[in-house]
Amino acid sequence: MSFKLSADGVKYVQNELTRYESKQSAIIRALYRGQDENGGWVSPDVVAELSRVMDIPASQIEEVSTFYTMFNKQPVGKYHIQVCCTLTCGMLGGRELTDAMMKEAGCKTYGDVSPDGLFTFNKVECLGSCDTAPMLQINRDPYIESLNTEKGLQLVRDLRAKGGRQ
Amino acid sequence: MAEVKYLSEHYHKKEYRTLAGYKANGGYEQLARALKMDKQKIIDEVKASGLRGRGGAGFPTGVKWGFLPNNGEPRYLLCNADESEPGTFKDRVMMEKAPHQLIEGMIISAYAVGAKKAYIYIRGEYMGPAMILEDAIREARDAGYIGKNILGSGVDVELDLYLGAGAYICGEETGLISSLEGYKGQPKLKPPFPAVQGYLKKPTIVNNVETLAAVVNIIRDGGAGYRKYGTEKSAGTKLFSLSGNVQKPGTYEVPLGYPLMDFINIECGGLLPGRKLKAVVPGGSSAPVLTAAECADATLDYENMAAKGSMLGSGAIIVIDDSYCMVDVLSTITHFYHHESCGQCTPCREGTGWIEKIIHSITHGEGKPGDVDLLLKISDQMKGRTICALSDAAALPVLSFVTKFRDEFEYFIREKKSKVKGTQIYAQMHPSLGGAH
Repeated sequence: MSFKLSADGVKYVQNELTRYESKQSAIIRALYRGQDENGGWVSPDVVAELSRVMDIPASQIEEVSTFYTMFNKQPVGKYHIQVCCTLTCGMLGGRELTDAMMKEAGCKTYGDVSPDGLFTFNKVECLGSCDTAPMLQINRDPYIESLNTEKGLQLVRDLRAKGGRQ
Repeated sequence: MAEVKYLSEHYHKKEYRTLAGYKANGGYEQLARALKMDKQKIIDEVKASGLRGRGGAGFPTGVKWGFLPNNGEPRYLLCNADESEPGTFKDRVMMEKAPHQLIEGMIISAYAVGAKKAYIYIRGEYMGPAMILEDAIREARDAGYIGKNILGSGVDVELDLYLGAGAYICGEETGLISSLEGYKGQPKLKPPFPAVQGYLKKPTIVNNVETLAAVVNIIRDGGAGYRKYGTEKSAGTKLFSLSGNVQKPGTYEVPLGYPLMDFINIECGGLLPGRKLKAVVPGGSSAPVLTAAECADATLDYENMAAKGSMLGSGAIIVIDDSYCMVDVLSTITHFYHHESCGQCTPCREGTGWIEKIIHSITHGEGKPGDVDLLLKISDQMKGRTICALSDAAALPVLSFVTKFRDEFEYFIREKKSKVKGTQIYAQMHPSLGGAH
């Protein structure tokens, strides 16, 4: 079950290797690419493959992938819903929103994948959109802001209706 | 005095985001002027302007630039767009509405400090602004504002974007450099300061988005002209991010020295009906909280905030009204710092965890007598003992919340519920999920 980057992926990573002053600076972008091509998470195979393509020790890639929160170290659903719960978002209902949406989506705990494979929820730290609290980010897409419980539940239903098609 | 659109003059125009729209409103004219100026003259004007770093530390920008050694080594200019201080979102607004303003400020600054390469380090979650910036960089490069021999001046400056991946600590300048080099974003001991030994061990200047954008106005109006707004020690204007319990949260630009309560009541439309002000976090979550009484005569400048024992920080103001429980508010902050501690230094790694556990037990009705003093003791011992300021930043809110609202903490421990009547405490409403808060 070993992971291989697509031909385009290899080209992308090789281009990133020369983009900055040192090739190590390409690791974050390469990890994003590997994560995207691997269905949303960085498995040990992804690290091994990037190490091969980039000619950088796997230990160094692993160090980066475990330090930064945006690299998922276990499988996530198609929609990885990250709800801000720090300070203003925490005050204005981010935590309650997360739990209500999780229940609707059928997720039992944070980080869990819903039985239909569509959803994973995590509470995340300040996303820098405090004037639109509570708010969230799905995968790495632009923010979804100014939410309340009803809007959050509707979002889950809309995403479920969209299902695996997109 | 009220809201002043000095940096944000054209932000309401949608086309300002594009090169054509930016140029139609005077964009890149200051770059052309600056490239004809002597480098030292630009640094002198920035020094004369009194501009201080808008990321949080408030260090004088021109002085920072003056620390670069004259040793012939290549130099780098880095823009800190890792905006992660809870409550702060003004850099995002600037990058979304005026990406070329940042680029123009960066090219001028890179020329002034003698950097041939400049990078914008943007946090990974900011994919929206990152895409806007990448388009703007492409446009600026095609138009000859980035690259070799800019506008025929013989000056070369390359500029590129670097994406982070979720780590508050990368907003600390040496952590940012570690991350840019392709490693964990762990801070390094200072000295050596980045100006002497930074990115790839070369002299490096790290400035905030708003700081670099302000350089464009300093070129236009001169150092003295920039001082038209603000106070002696806090010159110019600043973009403040206001959130929390107000009618109109958002980003507003006001002259430094502006009264905090006017800002809340006039710019932000005041509190919600029937609510009373309880507290304000004036400069991002690291800034010690102010009570309503302390806010009455507070002004938005570095010296007044320091006199009140807090700080202007990144200009992130969080308004808390009387319907919220300070124990619950602090619980989100303590969770944040525990999550974001990079783990290098023991007082921070362990201290943030201990604090979070104690607050967690209090909100879950399992607080013990003596917890308040324990919180104060641990926080006090986290200050000034670590490589970077995260440990202090984690300790200060705890010390100020617990000291100034001690009765709420003691009540919660004793009664196993919040002192604020009618408030819903998350930890008590959703016990089945557990969770970190």
